Parts: sequence; C-alpha cells; structure tokens
Amino acid sequence: MNRKMFRGKKYFIEALWEGLLKISGSVTSIIIILIILFLFSEGMGLFKNNIVEDGYVVAVNSKNKIENLSPQQIKDIFDSKIVSWKELGVDVSEDEIIIFRLDDVTNYVSEEEIGENLENLPKILNQILEDNPNMIAFIPESYTKSNFSSKILDLGNIKISDFLSGKEWFPTASPAPQFGVVPIVLGTLWVSLGAILIALPFGLAVSIYSAELASNRLHKIIKPIIELLAGIPSVVYGFFGLIVIVPLIQKVFNLDVGETGLAGSIVLAIMALPTIITIAEDALRSTPRAMKEASLALGANKWQTIVKVTIPYSISGITAGVVLGIGRAIGETMAVLMVTGNAAVIPHTLLEPVRTIPATIAAELGEAPKGGAHYEALFVLGCILFIITLIINLVVEYISSKNKNKVA
Amino acid sequence: MEYRKRKSLNQSSAFWLLKIMSFIVVGILFCILGFIIINGFQAISWDFLTKMPEDGMTKGGILPAIIGTLCLTAGSMIFAFPIGVLSGIYLNEYAGKGWVVKLIRTMTNNLGSIPSIVFGLFGMSLFVNTLGFGDSIIAGSLTLGLLALPVVIRTTEEALKQIDVSYRHGSLALGATKLQTTVKVVLPMAFPNIITGLILSIGRVSGETAPIMFTAVAYFLPMLPSSIFDQVMALPYHLYVISTSGTDIEASRTMAYGTAFVLVAIVLILNLFANALRRYFSNKVKTN
Repeated sequence: MNRKMFRGKKYFIEALWEGLLKISGSVTSIIIILIILFLFSEGMGLFKNNIVEDGYVVAVNSKNKIENLSPQQIKDIFDSKIVSWKELGVDVSEDEIIIFRLDDVTNYVSEEEIGENLENLPKILNQILEDNPNMIAFIPESYTKSNFSSKILDLGNIKISDFLSGKEWFPTASPAPQFGVVPIVLGTLWVSLGAILIALPFGLAVSIYSAELASNRLHKIIKPIIELLAGIPSVVYGFFGLIVIVPLIQKVFNLDVGETGLAGSIVLAIMALPTIITIAEDALRSTPRAMKEASLALGANKWQTIVKVTIPYSISGITAGVVLGIGRAIGETMAVLMVTGNAAVIPHTLLEPVRTIPATIAAELGEAPKGGAHYEALFVLGCILFIITLIINLVVEYISSKNKNKVA
Repeated sequence: MEYRKRKSLNQSSAFWLLKIMSFIVVGILFCILGFIIINGFQAISWDFLTKMPEDGMTKGGILPAIIGTLCLTAGSMIFAFPIGVLSGIYLNEYAGKGWVVKLIRTMTNNLGSIPSIVFGLFGMSLFVNTLGFGDSIIAGSLTLGLLALPVVIRTTEEALKQIDVSYRHGSLALGATKLQTTVKVVLPMAFPNIITGLILSIGRVSGETAPIMFTAVAYFLPMLPSSIFDQVMALPYHLYVISTSGTDIEASRTMAYGTAFVLVAIVLILNLFANALRRYFSNKVKTN
C-alpha cells in the first residue's frame, strides 16, 4: 500500500517537473512573440498620426485648388524653401506664398479686436484667410470648429512609403515633423560596412594564425584575450573611442570634428573582431585532418593547403561568422552613439558625422513624449532593427544548415 | 626550381603577414586595456569607491552607481538563471527532435541576437509603461534578464551535452526515474560548466547600458535605492553620462577613467574567476 502511494507521488512529481520544464522551454518563444507584439503595436501607431502636429490643421483660402501636401512640402513651405504656389502645381491669383502662424495674428488685427478671452479669434482667422488668397495657415484645430469657411486641407496620416523613402529625419520640426528613415538606415549600413571592411582581414588573419600556425602555448594566450575582448562593455569601447580614436582622426585628416563615421567603424571593427575570430576559427579547425594531410602529401606546402583546402572547406562557417559580426555591428548602440557625432544627414564619405538606428533610438527616446508620433517613430526604427537582425539570423542559420549537409 | 622558390617565398611572406596582423590585433587589445587601467588606476581610491558623487559629478565617488549595478545584475540573474537552466535542461534532456524543438531553438537563437537597444524599447513598453513599474530596479532587472536568458540557456545546453550518455543509461538501468537521473546524476556533473557560464554572463549583463537607459537608471541620484521600485544609478550609464554630457566634461575626466576602470575590472575579475573555477573543477574530476 505504502509503496503504491510512493509510486503515485513519484509520478505526480515527475509530471509536475516535466510541465515546469516545458513552460521554461517555451519562455523564449513567448518573449519573442511579446517583443514583436509590443514593438509593432507601438510602432504602427505612428501611421495613425496626422502629418501635422496633433491638434493643429493646415488651412488655405477657400478658392485655393490645392488638395494635398506631403510632409516634406509642408516643411519646405514653412521654412520658405518653397515660395510660390506654382512650385506646388496650382494657380493662385497671387503666386507668392504667405505663411501664417497663430503668433502672426497681431500683425493683421489689434489685440482689442481679438478680445480678452480670444472669443473673436476663430472669426478673425477665417477673415484673414479669406482676405489673402495666397495664404497658408497653420492654426489650432479648436478655432476651426464652427462657421469656418476657409479650406482645411485633409492631409491624411503619415504614410509608410513617406517614412521609408523620406530623406529627412527631423522629428521635432513644426508644423510637420519629418520622419524620413533613409539617412539613418544609410548611416547604419555605412558605418557597419566600414567596420566589416576593417574587421574582416584582421579577423581572418587572427583566426588562420591561431587555428593553423600558432603553437599550442601561443594559442592558449590568444584565446582568453579574444574572450576578454568580447566581454568588455560597449560603453568602455565608446569611451576609449571618444578619448583616443576621435582626436586621432581629427588630427590625421585635419577635420573640424573627429566624431565621424570612420571613428564609429573603427570602434565597431574592434568590437566585431571577437565574434568573427571565434566562429571562423572553429570553422577552420573543423576541417578534417585527412584532407589537409592529403594535400600536403601531394606536395602542396602549408600555405597552399590553407588557401586551397582549409579555407574552401570552412568557407560557410567563416561566412556565418562574418554575417554575425555584421549583425553585431548593426545593433551596437552605446559605442556608436558616443563616437559618430549623430548628425541625421545622408552621409557621403566616412569622414562626416553620421547617425545609426540604435543610436537614434538611444539618443531621442528620453526626450520623446510617451505615446506621441516621435515616440512611435522610434519604435518603428526598433521594428526595422529587429527585422534586419532577424534576416541576418536566418541567413546564418541557412548557411550553417548547408554546412551540415555538406559534412553529411 | 623557380616554382619551388616562389612557393616557399609566398608561404613565408603570407605567414609573416598573418603574424603581424595577429600581433596588431592583440596589441590593440593591450592598448585599450592598458590605457584604461593605467589612467583609471590613479583615480581609484577608497573614497572613490565608497562616496557619493559631488560637485556635479566631478568629484567624490561612485558608490550609488556600484550599488545600482549590483542590484540590477543580481535581479536579472534571479530571473534569468532558474528559467534559463530549466529551459536548457528541457531542450537537451527532454525535448525530442520534432519541429517544436527546432522552433524553440531558432527562437532562442533569435532572442540572443536581438540588439540590446530593442530590449530597452521592449522593456520600456512592457515593464515601465504597460505594467506600470516605472523606471525602477525591477523593470531594469527584468529587461536585463531577458537579455541574459539566451546566454544561460545556451551555456546549460552546452554543459549538458558534454555529459556522456552512458551515465544516464546507468542511472536509468538502476531504476531511477528520469527526474532522479537528471537531478542526481546529470546536473551535478554539468554543474561546474553551468556555473562558469553563469559567471561570464554576469560580466556581460553588468556592462550593458542600452537596455537600462529607459527602464531603470537615473542621471544622478543623491541617495541609495531603498526598494525595488526605486530608480538607481548604474556604472555603464554613469560612464556614458560623465564622458559625453556631464556639466563639465573635462573636470569629470578622472571620474570617467575611474568608472571605466571599475567596469573593466569587474569583467576581468569575473573572467579570471571563471577560468580558475574551470581549472579547479577539471582537476577535481581527474583526481576522482
């Protein structure tokens, strides 16, 4: 009897334990799903926002035929870069655009006319707009609620296509914040590309040296050093870059500021090295000894064996390492934030300040009001980053699965 | 004859090039370490480690940042260690080879490669805003824990993989259940490797900045945290702040060197400790 109970209890505990394990095992999947859910739901909120700031509208004279304006056009108009209606493709009796913001109202009427509690303001705004056929006004929505006869432009929401193809990132611009992701994505790719071009030759050299040439003793010194290099916090690399590499670049290239894409690339290259070296070395070491010995027996020397046998055999492993290194470089935040200067302009050379996706998020999230368009735009950047790393990961997995097939 | 000469010349020049490049890489690392250690060592004193920052963080110490980093790291490990180890056991001991396991593995790999700033965004959205923890130790710890989770899982799996299957068979043949086998035979044997992996992941977590930037840390706090819902200062963020946007960057340079030194020292000590532990355990296994 006792024994039976013992058994029953045992099986119960066993089942409980297995359930616990299963739950723990699925935690990572749940987290990924949660990340996707939160990132995308916050991010997609951006595309429900109006092009202009919340609570404001853009209005024109009721006879004006203009129907639609892009965020870029609105910004250009209010920055006086577009000065005539012809440039926007409409004919207005007087061609020059007059910009009107709420503060300008006192240029048209006196304060007494507006009234102590601004009670006449809606009517006056309407009047001013109707008096000036060539005016474009940026005014609070609340003043246009009743009896407003001027034309309020239906600008619609921020479009995904504008976001992806926009060439300006200027999230605090008024009246229309600019969420153009092109300069930031280009900056990210630019810096990462530079980093990988620097890291690749050095990473390969070290992995070949330590896998094929170094004595056992030397290998025992190199390996922990590389491990240590991987463990140092990114903010320390950033600090080092800021104090040593940035001034160095400024001096060598005779620049006004040393905080450039090149500084970011160098720091990222140092940080990507351990990933590349570790994985490439493992791949090189996995070459079967028999293959190498066959090559040597045929009269090839060690270098020819490395170039013609070892590297071709382990090329997929090496590629996986390089791709993972790129992934690390793209996602790196702090070091890049500290040394690249963070100017959101499309970079033309590596000697200009650039800004990357992670650095933008880190630099601006603290200042963006929660739930606003800017805040949501940063989440969209997070989504883009997430998708990029996902693609990189799938590529790596594909490469290594191909490798497994080859071995089999 | 000509060909042979060229062949050996090629080889020796290529090998020299490889050697030089390798030494450049190792040299750069020593430069970075040396630079931080030499400059930072002068800033270190008992007061530096045990006092509050003073004069707009240009004088005084970094005690609140050290305490904050300790809290955040410990909190993240309390979360990540049990779940990570259990998950690793599941993947290696219990799960079969079906598509579910493949999916879980892919997900774990993916989680491990997500950039840390994305964790920061997620932590801010879920823990700080949705769950309403605010900027606090608990929100930061959970975010860091998510980051550490894949590392712990992978370490556990690797450690378990190294245990020969005959031990499991032996235990099962003696009538032990799977649970008993796992807890009494497999885990004790894998324990050293799991622990060393854990120590290394502590080093990793303690230096992360991006995930805690928007979930836990404050620019400057004059007091120590009193509950898990308090904001804290943290070493990596402190270094970032005083080296880029402090009130007087030049004046706080010494403080920055000191902070960088402490950060590097943490990683170095944990690395050495993990290595020593590994050696100790492997010797023990040999003598047994």
